[in-house]
Amino acid sequence: MADIMVGAGFQGTDEATAALKVRGYWQTVGYRLRYDYVTLFFTGMIVLIALGSIFAPLLAPFDPLKTSMAYRLKPIGFRQFLLGTDELGRDMLSRLIWGGRMSLLMGLTPVALATVLGGTLGVVAGFVGGRLNMLIMRTMDVFYAFPSVLLAVAVSGTMGGGMSNGLIALTLVFIPPLCRIAETATAQVRNLDFVEAARASGAGTGSIIRHHILGNVLAPVLIYASSLISVSILLAAGLSFLGLGVEPPTPDWGLMLSTLRQAIYVEPYVCALPGVAIFITSLSFNLVSDGLRQAMDVRV
Amino acid sequence: MGLELPITGAGASTSTPVRPLVEVKNLTVKFVNREATVQAVNGVSLEMAPGEVLCIIGESGSGKSVTMRALIRLLPKGRAAISGHMRVGDYDILSLSEREITEVRGSTISMIFQEPMTALDPVYTIGDQIAETVVRHEGCSQKVGMARALELLQVVKVPSAERRLTAYPHELSGGLRQRAMIALALSCRPSLLLADEPTTALDATVQIQVLILLRKLQKELGMGVIFVTHDLGVAAQIADKVAVMYAGRIVEYGSVRDVLLRPSHPYTIGMLASTVLGQTRDADIEAIPGSPPDLRRLPPGCSFAPRCRYADNECRSVVPAATAVAPGRLVRCFKAGSPPPGLLPGP
Repeated sequence: MADIMVGAGFQGTDEATAALKVRGYWQTVGYRLRYDYVTLFFTGMIVLIALGSIFAPLLAPFDPLKTSMAYRLKPIGFRQFLLGTDELGRDMLSRLIWGGRMSLLMGLTPVALATVLGGTLGVVAGFVGGRLNMLIMRTMDVFYAFPSVLLAVAVSGTMGGGMSNGLIALTLVFIPPLCRIAETATAQVRNLDFVEAARASGAGTGSIIRHHILGNVLAPVLIYASSLISVSILLAAGLSFLGLGVEPPTPDWGLMLSTLRQAIYVEPYVCALPGVAIFITSLSFNLVSDGLRQAMDVRV
Repeated sequence: MGLELPITGAGASTSTPVRPLVEVKNLTVKFVNREATVQAVNGVSLEMAPGEVLCIIGESGSGKSVTMRALIRLLPKGRAAISGHMRVGDYDILSLSEREITEVRGSTISMIFQEPMTALDPVYTIGDQIAETVVRHEGCSQKVGMARALELLQVVKVPSAERRLTAYPHELSGGLRQRAMIALALSCRPSLLLADEPTTALDATVQIQVLILLRKLQKELGMGVIFVTHDLGVAAQIADKVAVMYAGRIVEYGSVRDVLLRPSHPYTIGMLASTVLGQTRDADIEAIPGSPPDLRRLPPGCSFAPRCRYADNECRSVVPAATAVAPGRLVRCFKAGSPPPGLLPGP
C-alpha cells in the first residue's frame, strides 16, 4: 500500500500530492518501513539483542564465568537460575546475554569489512573493466570454488583458533560474493545512458563514480550485505562449535552449543537455548534485510 | 574533399558573414577492433551558423549519431579513431585535454539523449541532477543550483515545477522526463545543443510539444542545435538546414525547403518517395531497393551506387565530391543538377 502512495500512481489534489512528494530518498524508505510491521518487529528484536549485549554487565544476574560444582546442569527455572545452568554450573541466562556480544561482533564486523573491501574491488573491476576486471574477478572465482563453510574452517584452521583469526576468516569468506554483486551492478550501471549523459554534461570519472555509480550500486550491495549478517553469525557459531573460533571460557553461543551437546540427554531444553538464541538473531537479521530490500527499491 | 560551405543565412537574410559556430572539416571516425575496421564516418565537413538548427537525417548506421558524439568527444577512447578538424565556438575539440573537454561539455556544448527513461539517474531527484551540473560548472552552492533547477523546469514548461523538482525520474511521464532532460541540457546556457533523436521515444502528440518547445527555446536562447533524426516530418518541423547522411558521408546539404521539396540526390529522392505521408492511398510505397553498404567494406565509388538506378561506371569507381548545385546547396552526386524527369514531385 505504501508503494502505491509513494509511487506515481497516486492521484490527488495538487496540495495533497505536494505534501506527499516533498520527501527525500531516506524519508521515502522510512515511510514505507512504517507500515511494514514484520520488519519493525524484528528491528525491535535486533535492538533488544544489541542493548542486552551492550548492557550485559548490568543485566546479567550472575557472573557468566563463575562455575559451581553443586549446580551443574540444572533445568530451566531451577531456583535463582531462570534458564538453568550449564555443565560447569554457570548461569545460562548470564552466559546467553554475554554471548550476544560475541555473536553480534562476529556477525557485523566481517560483513562490514567485507562490504568495504569487496565493494571497492567490485566497483573498480566493474568500472575499469578489461584486464583489471579479469584479474580481480578470476581471483574471486578461486575463492568461490570453495564452499563457504569449508573456506572459513580452512582459513581459521591454518591460522589457528581465536577470535581475531575467526574474524579474518569470515571476512575472507564474504569478500568474493560482495565483490561479485558490486561488480555486476557497476557493470550494468556503467553502460546505462545516464552515465553517458553525466559525461555529456561535464562530469569527470571521479564524480561519475561517486554520484552515479555508488548511488546505484550501494543499495543492492547493502541489501545483500545485510542478508550475510545472519550467515556470518551462523558461520561464527560453527567455527566456535568446531573449536576454531572463540576460546573457552568466553561465553559464545556457538561454543556453548558445542560444549553442551554432550549433555543433550540430561537436560535437552537447556542445551537447545544457545541454538534458539542463534536462530532468533539470524532470523531477525534476515527478515529485516528482506524488509529493507523492499523499502529501498526506489525504482517501481 | 575540403569543401567550402557558403553561408547564406537562409531565413535570417543577414548579409554580413558570421563566423560559423561549428566548423567540421573532413571528419572521419573509425571503430577499430581485432576483426575489422568499421568506417562509421568518412569525411564529413559542415559548417553551422550560430542560432541555426541543423538536422542530420539518415537511416540507422549512417553515422549521424557518431558524428554528433564525435563533436563532444563521447566516443569510447580506445576503440574509436577520430581524425579531421572540429571547431565549436573557440574550442578546437580534438586538441583539448581531457580536463578541458569536461569543462566544455555541459557548458558550451550539451546533449539530449534519445531515451529519457535511461538518461536520467533513477536514484536522484530531477532537481538534484540539474543542480549537480549547475554546481559543477558555475561553482555555486547547492541551494543556488536548486533555485536554478526550479527556474529551468519552469522554462521548459513542466507543470507544478516545485513538486517535480523533488520527484524521481520514474515518477514522471516520458514527455516530462524529456523536458527535464532538456532543462538539464540547458542548465548552463550552451551555445550548441546536440539532440540525438530526442523525440523518437515519445508519443506523437508529446513529440510535437517537445519539438515546439525546443524550437522556441532555441530562438529565445539563440543557441545552435544539431538535431539527429530519421524522421523527415520532425526535420521539416524544426530544421533550418538539413544534411542527409548515407554511409558516413553527407550526400546532400541545404535549407530544409530545398532539400525536402526539391531533393537532388537519388538517395534523398528515394527516401522522400518512401514516406507514408503524402502518398495516394492505393499506390505502393516506393522502397529503395537493396540495403545500406557494409561499413567494414565500403564500395570504392559512391556508396549509394549499388542501390541507385541511375548509377554508371563513374559512380561505381570514384567517390563524387560535394558540389554546389545552387548557393548554399551541396550534393554529392555526378547526376545532380540533371535529376531524371518523372521522379520528382512537382516543384
